[in-house]
Amino acid sequence: MSDLILISGGRLMDPGQGLDGVRDILVGKGRVLWIGHGPPPQEPEKVLQGRGLVVSPGFVDLHCHLREPGQEEKETMASGTLAACRGGFTTVCAMPNTRPPVDSPPLVEFLKDKASREGLVRVLPVGALTRGRAGKELVEMEAMARAGAVAFSDDGHPTGSRIMRQALEFSRYLGLPVMDHCEDPEIAQEGQVNEGVVSLRLGLRGMPSQAEEAAVARDVAVAGLTGGHVHIHHVSSQGSLEHIRRGKEKGVKVTCEATPHHLTLTEDSLLAPIPYDTNLKVNPPLRSEQERKALAQALREGLIDAVATDHAPHSLVDKLVEFSRAGPGMSNLETALGSLMALVHRGELDLLTLVARLTVGPARILGKELGSLKVGWPADVVIFDPDREWTVDPQALASRGKNTPLAGEKLKGKVMATLVGGKAAYLDPSLKLEVPESRKAKI
Amino acid sequence: MQEKVILNGEDFRRALTRIAHEVVERNKGGQEVVFVGLLTRGVPLAQRLARNIRELEGIEVPVGVLDIGLYRDDIPLGPPPQVRHTYIPGDITGKAVVLVDDVLYTGRSIRAAMDALMDYGRPRSIQLAVLVDRGHRELPVRPDYVGKNVPTSRDEEVIVRLTEVDGRDEVAIRKKEAP
Amino acid sequence: MTWHHHHVLDLDDFSREEIEAVLETASAMKEVLTRPVPKVHTLRGKRVFSLFYEPSTRTRASFELAAKTLSAEVVGITAQVSSVVKGESLLDTIKTLEALGADAIVLRHPEAGAPYLAARYCRASIVNAGDGAHAHPTQALLDIFSLRQRLGDLEGLKVVIVGDILHSRVARSNIWGLKALGARVVLSGPPTLLPMSFADAYAGVEVEWDLERALEGAGAVIALRLQWERQQDLIPSLEEYVAFYQLNAQRLSRARPGAPILHPGPVNEGVEIDPEVARGPQSLIDEQVTNGVAVRMALLYLLLGGAHE
Repeated sequence: MSDLILISGGRLMDPGQGLDGVRDILVGKGRVLWIGHGPPPQEPEKVLQGRGLVVSPGFVDLHCHLREPGQEEKETMASGTLAACRGGFTTVCAMPNTRPPVDSPPLVEFLKDKASREGLVRVLPVGALTRGRAGKELVEMEAMARAGAVAFSDDGHPTGSRIMRQALEFSRYLGLPVMDHCEDPEIAQEGQVNEGVVSLRLGLRGMPSQAEEAAVARDVAVAGLTGGHVHIHHVSSQGSLEHIRRGKEKGVKVTCEATPHHLTLTEDSLLAPIPYDTNLKVNPPLRSEQERKALAQALREGLIDAVATDHAPHSLVDKLVEFSRAGPGMSNLETALGSLMALVHRGELDLLTLVARLTVGPARILGKELGSLKVGWPADVVIFDPDREWTVDPQALASRGKNTPLAGEKLKGKVMATLVGGKAAYLDPSLKLEVPESRKAKI
Repeated sequence: MQEKVILNGEDFRRALTRIAHEVVERNKGGQEVVFVGLLTRGVPLAQRLARNIRELEGIEVPVGVLDIGLYRDDIPLGPPPQVRHTYIPGDITGKAVVLVDDVLYTGRSIRAAMDALMDYGRPRSIQLAVLVDRGHRELPVRPDYVGKNVPTSRDEEVIVRLTEVDGRDEVAIRKKEAP
Repeated sequence: MTWHHHHVLDLDDFSREEIEAVLETASAMKEVLTRPVPKVHTLRGKRVFSLFYEPSTRTRASFELAAKTLSAEVVGITAQVSSVVKGESLLDTIKTLEALGADAIVLRHPEAGAPYLAARYCRASIVNAGDGAHAHPTQALLDIFSLRQRLGDLEGLKVVIVGDILHSRVARSNIWGLKALGARVVLSGPPTLLPMSFADAYAGVEVEWDLERALEGAGAVIALRLQWERQQDLIPSLEEYVAFYQLNAQRLSRARPGAPILHPGPVNEGVEIDPEVARGPQSLIDEQVTNGVAVRMALLYLLLGGAHE
């Protein structure tokens, strides 16, 4: 039952349409029906009060680990998508490093099927790049694309040059991106943290940013050679940005994403207040303040096309161990907006740009009609309060992954409601879908 | 808080002279005596007694220093009490060890001091010399030599000042400050 | 006396006053060790577990002796022959020891940060006996105590630490402790084992790859053990290390006369240190061992000697 819902009085921010101002928006039958002022063309069945809040297209996450099939102790389709819609994400791309990995058409079907039955938001499957993610044989990219894969990635494992070239040739033909976790293993040498002053003090093996940069340079070169579209996962260093910038200038089809944590946290957190906090262990690692600033600047300019969470839920067993044995990754679907709003509040980024990087930016990379509220497009909407303060409580997270380094932190910026295909998938208790006065009179 | 001085420099001199005589008398000349002063103020008192005996009898009585930090049973909450050096001159086995302290109160410090001494050897006897006995014993400890008996109540405190530590000799009593 | 620690994890959060409190207490403890019967019952009734995930002779024996001298109950656990072999996690082991009434757990572990994990989830006092390449606070304290006993005030003293600094927890903890007492720390060793970034990582610390230059006017030298297993990729050969970095009499003559030599042990004689120097009059290596017991007694006393509810 898809109600006719009017969201009234909110500040509509839709960079995909160049819109930023107070507007009402009417959705129905899963689509955007009308945007404007004054009385809507049809009488709404329900009204959401948007006054004082921002109304934007639902966020699109290019990089999310839902852990199904095979690792349900860390997350399930249900818990992960619940976390997504609480975080304002109406579309998530599910990474294929599951057990078994999503490396064949039937597994793509399996994922789509599970998502349609249990997913609360749109789940787009990303296929593995190689069989078994072993890096040796390319998957049947075309068959998987037909089954519904929207991109290919061996995320977590670095990709060899021969495979990358082959994949990018196909990418050009299929029009789908090849996504890469850029890490040169011979430079990285199994480092646990960023190589630098902090790793020296902690006595932990570090991996330098050059481990990422070398792989990024290779990807840009091969993308240029083949004409395929390479998308760089979780960029974390200035050096990588330089290669991407030069590639873009030369017309290479290279895009990239950055995570909320790389944009807001640094390696200094590993020293205090909780030394060796495994919730800060992530790959690529958190780096220096100088690198973080460069990332924020690149996000502002658009050199970084999109924010992607790299939501990586882990169970306690994986995190409550010695640092070098802990699984890398943070659970961050629900804290993404709140933590990124800090950049807006301190002037490093303006709100419209942030919304763009969460909506139209990722949508363009996927080449899908998402990330904008054009009339006739799916009614995926997020309503958020940019100033509401809330405290992060890991136990209260919908995700099974409680591994967030932000436990106890006060964030300023909160999702109040999320609509997927015109249906309210998440509503903050303080917001109500009300029956409009006019209808009440008739009842 | 109002202090009442009950012993002054002259009183000290007389009491310590008397005690020195008593120690010598009781220990048949003082050849086998070792003084051990309890840190902090027992130490200068022990040194004065040794000096008195030197003047009286011409013999050198060794003086040791004892920190009872590792032996106390009345440790307050929080970090443990500071431990300082203990120095016991020579072997105390077969000697008459005279413990010297400024104030005798519950007797717990002396019990701790005796435990400590036992770790150094087997003295022939352990005797106790105090400047002030304020009563309220909680253990069966009794002094052999007392400068002055000063009955007190539990809500009073006894303050001992020595020239070597505080610049002047005096013993004063005052009511304990309300916490 | 200043003391605010429930755990001893590293010296980076020890104030100068706290280090002084340890040194003073260690001095008193050293006297206890000279008695005919070196035993006091101060920590009677306290339970100290030593949990070692790495082999050790001196550190482990030193800790256990320290605890026993204070009359604590001591139980030693060697991880290789315990349930750890069956897959029991560090935290599970710690919780078990806590259930057994541990007041203090002395932990040596090959992974940096392990004692911090234990300290977060355990009420007992955790004493770090070495965590990977990160820290070895009790070794640094006994090194500093040995220098203090021999030289007195360390303010302005030039202390050279030479060897595989990159992998050394002894070097890292000594850097914190020596700086807190106002000493001047100079690190020396081959460039692959001593990146220049050490000078950025620790304020006021100097890096000097030329050992002879580093030793000019040095007031004390700490030689570190060369761990050949770890360094094979990083130094061309043992012979080359010996040729350029061995602490021998000729190099030592550039230091101040009588400058004490320390080594955490075990010594690879003929490698990082010439046997004559190791056994010579300037060597404090044997005293370090005795001092180690005194320092560990002091720490156990400071952690457990107070009253708790």
